[in-house]
Amino acid sequence: MQVHRVSRQYVIRKLLIMIPSLLGISIVLFALLALAPGDPFDELATNPAVPPEVRAALRAKFGLDDPIWMRYWHWLIALLQGDWGFSFVSRMDVSTLILQRLPVTLVVIGASQILAIAIAIPVGVLAATRPYSLFDQIANTFAFIGFSLPTFFTGLVLILVFSIQLDWLPFVYRADISATGWEFYWEHIKQSIMPVTVLGLFQGAALVRFVRSSVLDVIRLDYVTTARSKGIGERKVITRHVVRTALIPVVTLVALQMPIVFSGAVVTEQIFRVPGIGSLLITSMLSNDTPVVMGVTFVSACLVVFFNLIADILYGWLDPRIAFR
Amino acid sequence: MAEPLLDIRGLKTWFKTDDGMVRAVDGVDLHIDRGETLGVVGESGCGKTVTARSVLKLIDMPPGRFEAGQILWQGRDLIPLSMEEMDKIRAKEIAIIFQEPMTSLNPVYTVGDQIAEVIALHQKLSRKQAIAGAAEMLRLVNIPNPQRRVHDYPHQFSGGMRQRVMIAMALSCQPKLLIADEPTTALDVTIQAQILELMQEMKERFGMAIMLITHAMGVVAETCQRVTVMYAGNVVEEASVEALFGDPRHPYTQGLIRSIPRVDRSAEKKQRLEAIAGTVPNLLEPPPGCRFAARCKFAMDVCTQAVPPLKEVGPGHYVRCVL
Repeated sequence: MQVHRVSRQYVIRKLLIMIPSLLGISIVLFALLALAPGDPFDELATNPAVPPEVRAALRAKFGLDDPIWMRYWHWLIALLQGDWGFSFVSRMDVSTLILQRLPVTLVVIGASQILAIAIAIPVGVLAATRPYSLFDQIANTFAFIGFSLPTFFTGLVLILVFSIQLDWLPFVYRADISATGWEFYWEHIKQSIMPVTVLGLFQGAALVRFVRSSVLDVIRLDYVTTARSKGIGERKVITRHVVRTALIPVVTLVALQMPIVFSGAVVTEQIFRVPGIGSLLITSMLSNDTPVVMGVTFVSACLVVFFNLIADILYGWLDPRIAFR
Repeated sequence: MAEPLLDIRGLKTWFKTDDGMVRAVDGVDLHIDRGETLGVVGESGCGKTVTARSVLKLIDMPPGRFEAGQILWQGRDLIPLSMEEMDKIRAKEIAIIFQEPMTSLNPVYTVGDQIAEVIALHQKLSRKQAIAGAAEMLRLVNIPNPQRRVHDYPHQFSGGMRQRVMIAMALSCQPKLLIADEPTTALDVTIQAQILELMQEMKERFGMAIMLITHAMGVVAETCQRVTVMYAGNVVEEASVEALFGDPRHPYTQGLIRSIPRVDRSAEKKQRLEAIAGTVPNLLEPPPGCRFAARCKFAMDVCTQAVPPLKEVGPGHYVRCVL
């Protein structure tokens, strides 16, 4: 069957809406960080080797004593020119730091989301088409266990079993793998298995419940009875007429859960020592490295807004009633 | 007499609920001959829709189940058939349209796709040919601009137009029987007349039989040859339209006919519209005797003791009443 084409105007409109939301987010983030206690130059203050006048000169150089709105304005202008500022601690450009860490996080989150969806859709649909069957009950039980257990717990259990007891998988994620060729990829896959599994199963468990109830809602609708009366067979009734509509709210949920996925990834990255932006965020927070914190949180915000855009586009593609409005 | 097209004998479709067994259809007999229009009337909850859906086995099982009876389609019982075998009968031989045109079409596919889906399947055509067939069907049901409208989505059609689309879809494989489950109830009065007219026109063109389920006696008088009156899961009277309106025998049928608004009479005599007092009995534990007894003006002791049998009171006129 033909799919509906999303109009270009619709996409452009959604893209334009992103601009004010990102501006708003950056203002709130900047203000919060500026008002938060802690100063990147605290350390210098207690260091007797740095004279007070040098400290004052440094503060003036970085504009730390300017009013908030002026600092925000400088930050925004610099950002638009591609300058994200630099880290007070590591003396590196924030953009370089983020670009080093971001791919790892994206790979781990992306793979875990794919895993979650790949589990949730078939299991949820099968469970909904046989409500209260043995399969449904087993799926429900596992789903409950899955999203009741926090990732830091399941992560530690996996490490205990697969790294310490069985010694099959490494429990520290290393960015500096010296192997080349196939070996290189194999090492990467091996060290990604546990973080991806932990995140993916956690997300997947909640999604299974959601897909199931969404399919149950649709399966009762009149047009599904119409589809059955056409004699096209139960399989096509489910795949063509039920799943397609049932996925519309699932797309929203996946997109709206992206912030939760990111914060979940921060925790998981800590457990498995994945050198992603989650761990970068934590270390820079602990050292009051405001430019890095600002950069990382802003990148996460951008990603969340971006995933919402993707959801909007998918939405318009799945449901023809939307793009016409 | 020739074998009827559809012959339902003693059908019992029950539903298992937490409160017990709901006997939605409890021993229904009705038949439809080739090319005729049978009206099935009765108030809400009397089992009309369940009977209609039972024919195509569109009842969810569980909670529903066929407790007894036969559904003979051209002499072949449909009840023991598997779903795969039913799929060969659905749409191709027996098609159905529903009460709610607003929700009976899938919102995410074009109407052309939805009609073409049936055509492509049962007539083994390519998608392109099937879409052309769908446009042709839309033209037949008088949808303006069918070549363009075939690519529109259901939300771009009004309720009446959607019911036309449903009819086009139902008739696209030239079924021998069209089950119309209250096809006009959800529509405006003017649109109702148009849809009934369209069904009549299609019937003449394709020569199919129609099982018209409705609670509007006026619709029955206009379109049907024979009528089956249902009450609380039972057939209470069956007759030709002339016999039923001229000489209704069952007190329930009489009540139904009296409850038709009559513009001519009420204006002159200021007569009040008569309603049948009381409500449909609980189908969980139906009373042992005649199910209408509790609301019947003529009820006697014998009525509450056993369900009266259907007896013939005239040629082809049956009534389930002791009177």
